[in-house]
Amino acid sequence: MRKDITQKLGFAILTLCLLITLFFLGAIIFFIAIRGIPAISWEFLTQPPRRAMTEGGVAPAIVGTFYLTLGAIAFALPLGVASAIYLNEYSPRSFVVNIIRMSINNLAGVPSVVFGLFGLALFVKFFNFGVSILSGSLTLGILILPLIISASQEALMAVPQSHREASLALGATHWQTIKNIVLPEALPGILTGVILSIGRVAGETAPILFTAAAFYMRGFPRSLMSETMALPYHIYALMTEGTRPDKQTTIAYGCALILLVLVLCVSAIAIILRQKHRSSYVQ
Amino acid sequence: MSNNTTKKFINDHSTEQAKKEAILRKPQVVSQNQSVSVKTKIRVENLNFFYGNVKALNNINLGVAENSVTAIIGPSGCGKSTFIRVLNRMNELVPHTRVEGKVFLDGHNIFDPCCDVVEIRRKVGMVFQKPNPFAKSIYENIAYGLRVNGLKDPNVIEEKVIQSLEKAALLSEVKDRLHDSALRLSGGQQQRLCIARCLAVEPSVILFDEPCASLDPISTAKIEELILDLKKQYTIVIVTHNMQQAARVSDVTGFFLMGELIEFGPTEKIFTAPSDKRTEAYITGRFG
Repeated sequence: MRKDITQKLGFAILTLCLLITLFFLGAIIFFIAIRGIPAISWEFLTQPPRRAMTEGGVAPAIVGTFYLTLGAIAFALPLGVASAIYLNEYSPRSFVVNIIRMSINNLAGVPSVVFGLFGLALFVKFFNFGVSILSGSLTLGILILPLIISASQEALMAVPQSHREASLALGATHWQTIKNIVLPEALPGILTGVILSIGRVAGETAPILFTAAAFYMRGFPRSLMSETMALPYHIYALMTEGTRPDKQTTIAYGCALILLVLVLCVSAIAIILRQKHRSSYVQ
Repeated sequence: MSNNTTKKFINDHSTEQAKKEAILRKPQVVSQNQSVSVKTKIRVENLNFFYGNVKALNNINLGVAENSVTAIIGPSGCGKSTFIRVLNRMNELVPHTRVEGKVFLDGHNIFDPCCDVVEIRRKVGMVFQKPNPFAKSIYENIAYGLRVNGLKDPNVIEEKVIQSLEKAALLSEVKDRLHDSALRLSGGQQQRLCIARCLAVEPSVILFDEPCASLDPISTAKIEELILDLKKQYTIVIVTHNMQQAARVSDVTGFFLMGELIEFGPTEKIFTAPSDKRTEAYITGRFG
């Protein structure tokens, strides 16, 4: 076959793949929006559920998901970034460290329900935090820890060695170099990891099933130690239990739409931060 | 233009040149005898360096006079970069390396356990092969070095930033955009910024590791002029692939081959009448 024909064929296949991906992406947003929009109203966003969850709103679930996500990031971000710094900047490149790295990457592949059971055993029972926002946040935090560590490690590795050398050659200490040169340059990459984690945390059901989620609550969670409703679990509950599937399905799609928008909003904040940071340094 | 400067310079300092020759011939006496007017800034004794089991430097001995330019030449992989990176202990950052022997800076062995490596790196500045400004503004690139060394007063910092840019012959080109990103500068300007950054922390020795390798001829000429100017205040060691450059800027030249220092002496002598056949072969372009 002639070279230019092969090339055209190659590009055609790549374009087709992209179009298929775009189709599914568009289809998800379209279906969720079409089915969810009828449920959305001011009441839906601000009121707790009524009449066995067939009417009213989902405000406690929105607030709960927001708290859980925030809690998980607040726990996992400092811990993950610090671990990545240690692994990448301080630890010698030894056999043991390689094993640790591999283990962390494998941890990212563990099914989330396993984390749920682990959270139940450790946080709910052993530490006696009970079924609470605290237990749920910690469990979700551990779930995304590998994600944040590997994203941070990659971001740190992408900082040119010559910048570290330049800093050390000026008489800066190792720590000064990390704090002032390496971390600021790695920040955009680390934020990318955070963005991915937010999507993951907000949507996870299994890890909060035994650690944080309540089937129904009349009001908002009052403290770290209280149970909470959460959007993904609420969708699950609406679709599997209850007496009026017809009404509940609409509410479930409404929840899905809110979840989508919520994740988009939080990600947008992280993306804006990242762009702002980038443009202040490069060009 | 820079050629003329060089020649003029060599004529002006012929007596100084003679003194340096004397130092090179009798290194041991000089390090002990304080009455000699030209001070030995760096003295390297029986230096060996290993990457794992590979010996990269084999028994190097030499002395560098204060306020002189010493060029290190040799083919790729001969150990010249390794050598220069030993002088500010930068090679320690490479895992599985080992150093033997002594390097005296102002009479103190830099490998002495009580020696502070951070302080050595401040005293012995380094300019790298590829310009490596930080992803910060021009101003911050220089202010950073001052801050990490404990300077806090913003007025003093600003003054020193300006001074350093002036010394590195960059001020006139950047004075209206000090707070722009350093990454927007051209390659030659970036390299001069790196020199300014290095000067700001007031080192006494500056190591140049092939500073013009990635620069065009005009930028190269500017850097060379700068090196000749800096010599008045600093002791300079420069690694270069470019033999014309070595001839233009240096007072003393060392020729490295396969980890050994083959010949070390006044630049004029090395380039006109080398005593070792291998040096002659390299300089005349028969290998390397």
